[in-house]
Amino acid sequence: MSGRPPLLEIEGLRTVFTVRGTEIAPVNGIDLAIGAGETVALVGESGSGKSVTALSVLGLLPRVARIAAGSVRLHGEGGAIDLARLDPEALRTIRGSRIGMVFQEPMTSLNPVLTIGDQITEPLLVHGLATRAEARERAIAMLDSVGIPDPARRLASYPHELSGGMRQRAMIAMALVCRPGLLIADEPTTALDVTVQAQIVELMTGLQESLRMGILFVTHNLGVVADMAHRVAIMYAGRIVEEGPVAEVFTAPRHPYTRGLLASVPRPGEALRLRRAGQKLAAIPGQVPSLMALPTGCAFAGRCPLAVDRCRTEAPGPTVPSPARSVRCHRWDAAA
Amino acid sequence: MGLYILRRIGMGCVMLVALSMLVFALLRLAPGDPVDAYIDPSAPMSPAELAATRARLGLDQPIPVQYLAWMKQVLAGDLGYSLQRNHEPVARLIAERVGPTLLLMGSGLLVAIVIGVSAGILAGVNRGRVIDVGLSLPAFVGISSPAFLTALVGLFVFSVNLGWAPSGGMRTPGLAPTTGDLLRHLALPALLLSIGHAALIMRYMRASLIEVLNQDYVRTARSKGVRERWVIVKHAVRNALLPVVTLIGSTLGAAVGGAIFIESVFNWPGMGLMLINAVENRDYPVIMASTLVVGACVLAANILTDLAYAVVDPRIKIA
Repeated sequence: MSGRPPLLEIEGLRTVFTVRGTEIAPVNGIDLAIGAGETVALVGESGSGKSVTALSVLGLLPRVARIAAGSVRLHGEGGAIDLARLDPEALRTIRGSRIGMVFQEPMTSLNPVLTIGDQITEPLLVHGLATRAEARERAIAMLDSVGIPDPARRLASYPHELSGGMRQRAMIAMALVCRPGLLIADEPTTALDVTVQAQIVELMTGLQESLRMGILFVTHNLGVVADMAHRVAIMYAGRIVEEGPVAEVFTAPRHPYTRGLLASVPRPGEALRLRRAGQKLAAIPGQVPSLMALPTGCAFAGRCPLAVDRCRTEAPGPTVPSPARSVRCHRWDAAA
Repeated sequence: MGLYILRRIGMGCVMLVALSMLVFALLRLAPGDPVDAYIDPSAPMSPAELAATRARLGLDQPIPVQYLAWMKQVLAGDLGYSLQRNHEPVARLIAERVGPTLLLMGSGLLVAIVIGVSAGILAGVNRGRVIDVGLSLPAFVGISSPAFLTALVGLFVFSVNLGWAPSGGMRTPGLAPTTGDLLRHLALPALLLSIGHAALIMRYMRASLIEVLNQDYVRTARSKGVRERWVIVKHAVRNALLPVVTLIGSTLGAAVGGAIFIESVFNWPGMGLMLINAVENRDYPVIMASTLVVGACVLAANILTDLAYAVVDPRIKIA
């Protein structure tokens, strides 16, 4: 955690869904810590459990899901509280005020029949942090700081009157209007145009510096991770398989899955060069195992080029290859 | 907005003319003759006398001529005279009866909306729980029961057996008219009229709310720390109402049919009762005028529905 005071500490978190009488665990015992003012990227494919992790922190899981084990400690002035054990009403007072959340789809995540102003002032009003007039002033200031032109007039707009990028800016303004210490961003750039993505990433980085908040950034976009995260955690089949400072993990990945992910990102001109050479883009062979039938050993063993017998029988525990890093692999020190 | 309403009214007028032609033609094709009612059973009329009566009433003319003659009068503001009922002006007959009908239909609809929407919210929020099943079962019974059956069973149970409400009419004869007395007479027929609609609205509201509660913006509201009660009332219900508003608008026409049954069962002095009598006696001017008035009411209600839609959903621009 590189010397920062702790903000959020997830330990042994296990979230289970009950589907037709069977329990599956999209999040199967993860540890993750975010320091104050730190951006941690949680990276993984669809179904790896990264979004469920984000929703678990805020207690926004669907009806069929529950946190089965582990703790989610949020640090603050009055010490740490375990969000996983908090009653719904106490958790509600934390949502929006101390932890803000931005979602993937700005088109569907804003209420179509309420004005932008109504939706942005709402967190301030429900948490009793401002009067109606103050909330309005703060909403205008917040819209201004997320780069929405003519913010006072925009308060009366409805979501459908804004472009996708503007809506995501409004979402960010809504998540940050109470000045939370932690922002959880669940794929906030995925639904946007590439140019708009860059603007949103730049905006979030800038806001983080001025507001000194921690960010849990859930994404599958490795380019965005490199641009804005301090640390990265790679998730696979409900577990964090590798974690560490972004620069170190990206230059010297220890887990074969991380290596595969990084190798799957095409570099400019590469696709053309490979096609001329009659080769294909690198991809990880095989598929993510079904959560209904996880193998006994390492979940990645079936797709891993380095797998040995031990990988198929014994799930690897966390190893510390170098300070501030961790990897769950029996063969992390084997040559790539 | 003003232009939109004007255009809708214009379209409504065209539809009313079409409706009047259709009803006019259908009436003449139906068996029966208005002149029958003029025959005194004790003093048979000769064919010559019958023909004379027919000619006096204009019934010997071709149908298009009769229609145009009627239309010309209507445009001049004259709805004609009843062929029965002592030749009273139709306009006066309708004016006396449109009020009670609007009162009955309006209160029935209001009760249906209030019960249907609240029951739908309760069932949708508690989907799959006892309260949902407890509300959905009677709703199915309500949807499946025809209006004449609910009216008769309701009359039997609440009026005859339990004696909670008067069995018919709008006022107690011989008493000074009071609001309380009117409400006592209104309650049962309005409630029975509302059952079918309340059940339908409830089913729609329930389904719509369940869908809305799964929407991303509901999760967003929860992520802001909004109380669950407010998430439902402020964020979900308004969105869930959109299809229900459409439903209410499109069932208004059918509500008229139900109101006619209820009026005849409860002897409610409204248009429905008058219309049934008029049809039985082939009282053409009364049938035609009543149809036009009912049609105009339904069209007006549909325009109001569209306006309500624009109020609920800001994405709909009326221009």
